Amino acid sequence: MAAIEILGLEKTYRVGFWRKRPKRALQPLHLTVEDGEIFGFLGPNGAGKTTTLKMLMGLVFPTAGTARILGHEWTDPEVKAQIGFLPEQPYFYDYLTAHELLDYYGQLSGVPAKDRKRRIEEVLALVGLTDIKGVQLRKFSKGMLQRAGIAQAILHNPRLVFFDEPMSGLDPLGRREVRDLMEQLKHEGKTVFFSTHILSDAEALCDRVAIIHQGELRGVGAVEDLTSSVQGKVEIVWQGTQIPASMKALSPDCHITGDTVRAVISESQQDAAIDALRRERIRLIAITPLRTSLEAYFVEKLQSSQKTAGSST
Amino acid sequence: MNARIGHIASNTFREAVRDRVLYNLIAFALLLSGAAILVGQISIDIERLVVVDLGLTAVSLFGIVIAIFIGIGLVSKEIEKRTLYTVLSRPVRRWEFIVGKFLGLAGTLVVNTFFMAIGVFGALLYVTHKFSAADASILIALYFIILEFLIVCALALLFSSFSTPLLSAIFAFSLFVIGSFAEDLRGFAAMTHGFTRWIATAAAYLVPNFSVLNVISAAAHEQHLSAQLILQNTFYALFYTAMALCGAVLIFERRNLK
Repeated sequence: MAAIEILGLEKTYRVGFWRKRPKRALQPLHLTVEDGEIFGFLGPNGAGKTTTLKMLMGLVFPTAGTARILGHEWTDPEVKAQIGFLPEQPYFYDYLTAHELLDYYGQLSGVPAKDRKRRIEEVLALVGLTDIKGVQLRKFSKGMLQRAGIAQAILHNPRLVFFDEPMSGLDPLGRREVRDLMEQLKHEGKTVFFSTHILSDAEALCDRVAIIHQGELRGVGAVEDLTSSVQGKVEIVWQGTQIPASMKALSPDCHITGDTVRAVISESQQDAAIDALRRERIRLIAITPLRTSLEAYFVEKLQSSQKTAGSST
Repeated sequence: MNARIGHIASNTFREAVRDRVLYNLIAFALLLSGAAILVGQISIDIERLVVVDLGLTAVSLFGIVIAIFIGIGLVSKEIEKRTLYTVLSRPVRRWEFIVGKFLGLAGTLVVNTFFMAIGVFGALLYVTHKFSAADASILIALYFIILEFLIVCALALLFSSFSTPLLSAIFAFSLFVIGSFAEDLRGFAAMTHGFTRWIATAAAYLVPNFSVLNVISAAAHEQHLSAQLILQNTFYALFYTAMALCGAVLIFERRNLK
């Protein structure tokens, strides 16, 4: 069963004061997130990530389309007992302490009173919020609020967690801890859907990603597929400082580093390159498929969409 | 009662307490004790009337100000600060949120009124040295004041569900003022003719009738307040409050939280 099935959700706002004109925030979106995966929802600021999340949370109503979460209609309030949500730049009731806040949210999520206290201590320890008993949230730093936000999202042991920019406001150590937490959630069999524009996080964590830009889905797939399928090239490394003429013909772009030489060639030239090195009795060290980084894929998708938009106007 | 509504109400009450809303009781206590001492020195035979009149009017005004200024922020502040996102992403229905917020504020006002009532009776005891059977009418007046608060809370919440805090405050306060003269408005409507009469009558019955809930003067003059009046006012206030809350829910159910 898919954890999330988005079936043509779209959103058009009406903007302006007197003469309201339509502004499309999200084109019809079709997306499936499988149970137990970490799914990254990538896009630049204003791409439609938060709008999508808000629609799934029932905070914003779609203009058209529908969705299913954990096999239920996404509007079913009871399904929300099984999901956790961290909004972007979360802000909480600042007159409460973290313990009181989590107790309140635990009550609303239906966590039994006998389990609440223990669970609160567990999640606070998990997000690294210790020694904060009696401290009101108004005295929390941005990073501490983010940690409290993550704690409230996982407090009720949800099957599916939505994080909107979870690394925002965190220092490098905090980011690492959140990454570990997400991997732990996955290990526990939970599904994590998170939006980000920090591509290194997505590349390190996600099983699959979707790229959204200007409200339109530009690409979706496993990180490995997206990054290896772009160029179809391999990097070949051999020992020595010598560049045979036959290799120069295959790849004019050869680099000598220490006592090795590296060259990038197309996959179709791989056999010819190996033969050329054998003929010259040069020791081959490695041939590895050249992976484009997720960032390069992301930039390419964005640029191609901008070109499409430019040519259509 | 639905447990989630209770939790939201209790958190709303806690917010009011931590935001030092109940500090108004200090101002109230100072005003009333000062007035009681002053009245005791300058009034002859009308000490009770002055203390009851002044005390109940202060209870009403303090409460109305709290009801409006907290009520207008109940929803809009939650949207503006985005605290609502983590509440509505849980198994909480939007109507439960509205009703919980309303009950939380109503509870705050009841507690506030309870302490103010102790102040009024304290001041009364100071100037009259004893209670009489006629003082029961003060309790009825206090009950009507609480009914007044319920209507104002619900109206402030209604405006808060679709408007800015400033406009909500203006709307709620205007309705309170107009509603305080509802009986006069109804009398005026009866004197008009044709289309004007139709409009004036509709307006007179649409605005909350606060004048019928105001029995402060009757309580101060030790007049008898009938059980029928209590029943009528209770039904009227609860009906009006329920209608305003339904309006708030209907609007809020359709609202996009951008």
